[in-house]
Amino acid sequence: MSRIQKTFQKARDEGRARFVAYICAGDPDYETSLEVARALIESGTEVLELGVPFSDPLADGLTNQLAADRALKAGMTQEMVFQLVRDIRKFSEIPIVFYTYYNLVYFHGVENYVKRAKEAGVDGLLTLDLPPEEADDLLQACTKHDLETVFIIAPTTPAERIRRIAGVTTGFLYYVSREGVTGERADLAADLEERIAGIRAETDVPLVVGFGVSRPEHVAAINAYADGVVVGSALVNCIKRNLDQRDEILPELRAKMKDLCSGFDLKK
Amino acid sequence: MNLETIPDKHSLPDAGGHFGPYGGCYVPETLMTCLKELEEAYTKAKKDPEFNQELQRELKEYAGRPTGLYYARNMSEQLGGARIYLKREDLLHTGAHKINNVLGQVLLAKRLGKQRIIAETGAGQHGVATATVCAKFGLDCVIYMGAVDMERQSLNVFRMRLCGAEVIGVETGQKTLKDAVNEAMRDWVSSSRNTHYILGSALGAHPFPMIVRDMHRVIGAEIREQMQALAGRNPDEIVACVGGGSNAIGAFWEFLDHPEVRLVGVEAGGEGIEPGRHAARFEGGKMGVFQGCRTYILQNFDGQIDPTHSVSAGLDYAAIGPEHAFYRDQGRIDYAYATDSDALEGFKMLCRTEGILPALESSHAIAYALKRAPQMRKDQILVINLSGRGDKDVQQVQRVLDKMGETPA
Ligand SMILES: Cc1ncc(COP(=O)(O)O)c(C=O)c1O
Repeated sequence: MSRIQKTFQKARDEGRARFVAYICAGDPDYETSLEVARALIESGTEVLELGVPFSDPLADGLTNQLAADRALKAGMTQEMVFQLVRDIRKFSEIPIVFYTYYNLVYFHGVENYVKRAKEAGVDGLLTLDLPPEEADDLLQACTKHDLETVFIIAPTTPAERIRRIAGVTTGFLYYVSREGVTGERADLAADLEERIAGIRAETDVPLVVGFGVSRPEHVAAINAYADGVVVGSALVNCIKRNLDQRDEILPELRAKMKDLCSGFDLKK
Repeated sequence: MNLETIPDKHSLPDAGGHFGPYGGCYVPETLMTCLKELEEAYTKAKKDPEFNQELQRELKEYAGRPTGLYYARNMSEQLGGARIYLKREDLLHTGAHKINNVLGQVLLAKRLGKQRIIAETGAGQHGVATATVCAKFGLDCVIYMGAVDMERQSLNVFRMRLCGAEVIGVETGQKTLKDAVNEAMRDWVSSSRNTHYILGSALGAHPFPMIVRDMHRVIGAEIREQMQALAGRNPDEIVACVGGGSNAIGAFWEFLDHPEVRLVGVEAGGEGIEPGRHAARFEGGKMGVFQGCRTYILQNFDGQIDPTHSVSAGLDYAAIGPEHAFYRDQGRIDYAYATDSDALEGFKMLCRTEGILPALESSHAIAYALKRAPQMRKDQILVINLSGRGDKDVQQVQRVLDKMGETPA
C-alpha cells in the first residue's frame, strides 16, 4: 500500500481524520521552510501539502499569493522544491503532495516532471487548474511512474461530475468547502455535512476537506465526516506575522498546531 | 500556407474548446460548472433569432455599427504605396471595438439571470465598455484593474466610476492586465452563482475565446461588404494589433478562407525583444498554460510568467489568444511586432496626416503599415483595423513625448 493509502486506511480504522498541512515551499526561504516542515510534522501533521510557488496563483487568496511571492523572491526554483522534498524525506515518511499549477508541470515536460517528483519522494500531485478533461497526459505519466493524483471537488460540482473526477483520482479527493479562493475564515460552510454526504454517495475514495479551516471547532466539525482536514492559510499566516522576528515562526506554528489539533478531541 | 490542410474555420474550436493543440479549459474546479453553463447558454442564444435581433439592434443603435471604412488618402499618398483604408472601430460608442463583445455578453448574462458583472481591464477600454453597458442595463458592475494601469489610464478609471462601476485596483504581481485577470477569476470563483465574468479578449478558458471572437466577427464581415462596395474585391492585406487578440481575430475571421488576403497581427515589441521588456509572445514566448488556456506565453527558465512591458496597457500581456497560436502554426496569419517608439511614430503620423487620434494599441498596427505600405503597389489595398481612439492616451503620450523632447510646439 502506498503512503497515502496507508495513511487514510488508518484514518478509517481509527475513526479520526488525518491532519493535512499546507505550506508554500521556500516561504520565506529554503532553510526556514525546511524547519517549518519539520516543526509541522513533529507537532501532528500527517500529510504535507507542499505548494510549489507560482507567479500567478489564481486559485489562491492573498495569504498564499504573498507566500508564493516571498518564496520566489528568495530564489526558490522547481529544482529546489524537489530538493526540499528530498531533505524532508531524510526525517519523515508522511505522504507529501504537491499543490501546483499546470504551467509549472507542463514547462518541464509532463512525464519528466512526474518522474522527477516521484524520484524526489513526492507521493501525489494536485494541479489546481487542470480539470480531468485536460489531464490525459498527466494521468498517463502518473500511472507510468506510480505518482498518485489528487483532484478537487467544489460545492458547485454536480453528482455526475463527482463520479468522473473520482474515477481519475488515485490518491484522494479534496473538497473545497467553499466557493472562493484559499484563506482563513471565521466559520465553515453551513451545508458541509450534507455536501460531504453527497460526495460519499458517489465515491469511496479518501476525502479531505479544507479552505478556510483555522480553528479547533472547524477541525472538530470536519473530523466528524471526512478522512482528512486541510489547514493552509492559518499556518502560512504564522510565518507571515513573524517575518521580522523569524525566531518566533516555529514556536507560533507549534502553538497553532496544538490549538488546531485539540479539535480532534472536541465533540462535534 | 496550404489551404487544403487547414481545417474548416467553422469547425474550431472543438467541443472542448481546442484550436488544434491550443485553447482548452484549464481552470479551478469551482469554475468548471459555470463555464459549462455559459457554453450551453451561448450555444442556445446563438441559434435564437430573438437574441440575434436584440444584439443587432443594440450594435446599431447603441454602439453605432456599422463603422466606416475610411480611405486614408493623405497617409496613403505620403507613404507612396498601397491604398490604406482604416476600419473605424474607434468611432464606436466608448471608443473601441470592445463594446461589440460586451453587448453580446451582457445579453447572455441577462439570459443566465446574473445581476452582477465583473471584468478585468488593461487599457480601460474594456472596463469602460462594460461599465457603460451595465449602466444601460441596470447591472451591478465591478472592474479589476492593475494599479499601474490605473495610473497610466486614469481618464478611463474616472469614466468607469461615472457610469457607476466599482473599480478595484490590483496591487499584486506586476499590477497590470494579467494580475487584473487573476483577481477577476478569484472573484468569480466565489461569486459565479450570481455573477457573470465578461472576459475582454479572445483569451482564457473555453468558451471565452470562441464567444469573444464571434462577437467581433462583425468587424471582418463589414470590411468584406464595404470593400466589395468600394472596390469590388477583397483587400490585399489586413493588419491589426494583437493584445489577447480580439480585434484582430474579429477583423480576420471572415477572410481566413480567402487566401488572397494576407492577414498580419502586430504584437507589442516594447523596448525591444529582451525578457521583461516587451509583450511579443511569438518572439520570446513558449507554449504553456496560463489563465485558462494553452497558448504561447512569455515565461522564464522555470515556467514562471515573465513580466511584460508595453507603452500601451492593452497589449501589455504575457499570453496570446489560442486561436492566433493555431493560425500562426498553419501559416495562415503572419505576426510582426512594433516597439514603443514605432507605435508613437504611428500615433503621430495618423494625427498629422488624417486628424485621427488612434489608441496606442492600434498605433502598433499603424506602425506596421508605415513600413509595409511603401512595399506594396499603388493598386493594392491595405486595411488597418483601427481598434480604438486615442483620447485615453493623450496624457500618456504627452508624458512620453515630453521625455523625448518632442512635444509639439
Ligand atoms: C483600442 C484597443 N485595441 C486593442 C486592444 C487589445 O486587445 P485585443 O488584442 O483583444 O484586441 C485593446 C485592449 O485594451 C484596446 O483597448
